[in-house]
Amino acid sequence: MRFVDEFRDADKAHALAAKIAALCEPGRQYKLMEVCGGHTHTIYKHGLEDYLPESITLVHGPGCPVCVIPMGRVDDAIHLASQPDVIMTSFGDMMRVPGSGGSFFDANAEGTHIRMVYSPLDSLKIARQNPDKQVVFMAIGFETTAPSTAMTMIRARAEGIENFSVFCNHVTIVPAIKAILDSPDLRLDGFIGPGHVSTVIGCRPYEFIAKQYGKPVVVAGFEPLDILQSIYMLMLQLSQGRSEVENQYARVVPWNGNLVALKAIGETMELRPYFEWRGLGFISHSALKVHEKYAAMDAELLFQVPGVRVADPKACQCGEVLKGVLKPWECKVFGTACTPETPIGTCMVSPEGACAAYYNFGRMNRTRVAEAGVAGS
Amino acid sequence: MCLGIPGEVIELHPEQPDLAKVNVSGVRRMINIGLLSDDPPAPGEWVLIHVGFALSKIDEQEAAATMQFLEGTGQAYEDELAALKASVIE
Repeated sequence: MRFVDEFRDADKAHALAAKIAALCEPGRQYKLMEVCGGHTHTIYKHGLEDYLPESITLVHGPGCPVCVIPMGRVDDAIHLASQPDVIMTSFGDMMRVPGSGGSFFDANAEGTHIRMVYSPLDSLKIARQNPDKQVVFMAIGFETTAPSTAMTMIRARAEGIENFSVFCNHVTIVPAIKAILDSPDLRLDGFIGPGHVSTVIGCRPYEFIAKQYGKPVVVAGFEPLDILQSIYMLMLQLSQGRSEVENQYARVVPWNGNLVALKAIGETMELRPYFEWRGLGFISHSALKVHEKYAAMDAELLFQVPGVRVADPKACQCGEVLKGVLKPWECKVFGTACTPETPIGTCMVSPEGACAAYYNFGRMNRTRVAEAGVAGS
Repeated sequence: MCLGIPGEVIELHPEQPDLAKVNVSGVRRMINIGLLSDDPPAPGEWVLIHVGFALSKIDEQEAAATMQFLEGTGQAYEDELAALKASVIE
């Protein structure tokens, strides 16, 4: 073990780390992907990689909803927001994401009306207060967030609010995992499954990973010990030659998910034939659009959306980072041209983005590892 | 937006069954509990809140552990709490 950052229950973490190390086969390298950006944040914040033997590498996955939105969709959103009599509402996380002509903040400086909201429901109050405007909610997020958009649409219809619509960019996690499994760039040994997404979809949708691809999956909580425990459960499966879906976060995640949430999504949204993900390209059936039953709330039908595909800046390697092929610090512009204050790529914007998490926390740990190495040599 | 924040249910909305007032670190706001309509939370119970919606019920111990963890995340949690304070769900 190299360096250990102290946190609550550090003794338990040491004990888990020892159990994990004991399960490593000599000479074998293990690559485990944490799908969720919240997990990436915890891993860097607490220096969890330093608890693990060198033979285990944690690979950061695509589960950061802000990070996977392609530039063209940001441009489309700004185009929508700049239409006469439109107020767009958006989560704060989206505001600094760069499009080809700037971010939402930049667009607001030029006179568009993009308001930050905490919840999609906040958009309804804005719609009630501005009956002569069309309020368009910039919907992003995985299955964790999609039910909130869905419930808001159902409520808007029940209340007869006619000036509310949704620019739907919801994505679904399973096709992205499948795309990564099918990618020739990367060989993974197992997955730390997302926590909050699984409160909605449950654990069953991951069974194809265990059954068809022979890789273990452990759905994990967000605290440092949760993640170490999940890594231990993955390593135990690998050492016993098993590949199953297990639920480390059963205290929050029901095996079958939240049926009310799934029903609300099914009522208001339907699968797109394909959707572009930043870094992963076009993935079949990987995103949701507004259901035709709710066409009156579909901003893509109410307005002309340019839909122009915009290539990422050449210097930006978010795509490779999102696929887990590159570590954040291996990107050419990491920490120099691209920082959280002046992000070039999405991974540097969101707190869940691998680059932002590593920039904020990981660098310190690596420095301390190096210093500890020097001190100990 | 990806954080799930624990809140204690203070009271249910007298007229709208899918709304409830919660207490999150001293901030009292209205949230939607419609996603838990199969097993609605009662006052005194804890829920995990995501963008204004209770996503699952949790016990008090889990709530305390999650809150301690979130407080340690610094800016991300402060931003989330500030956003919750600005929320106007009704």
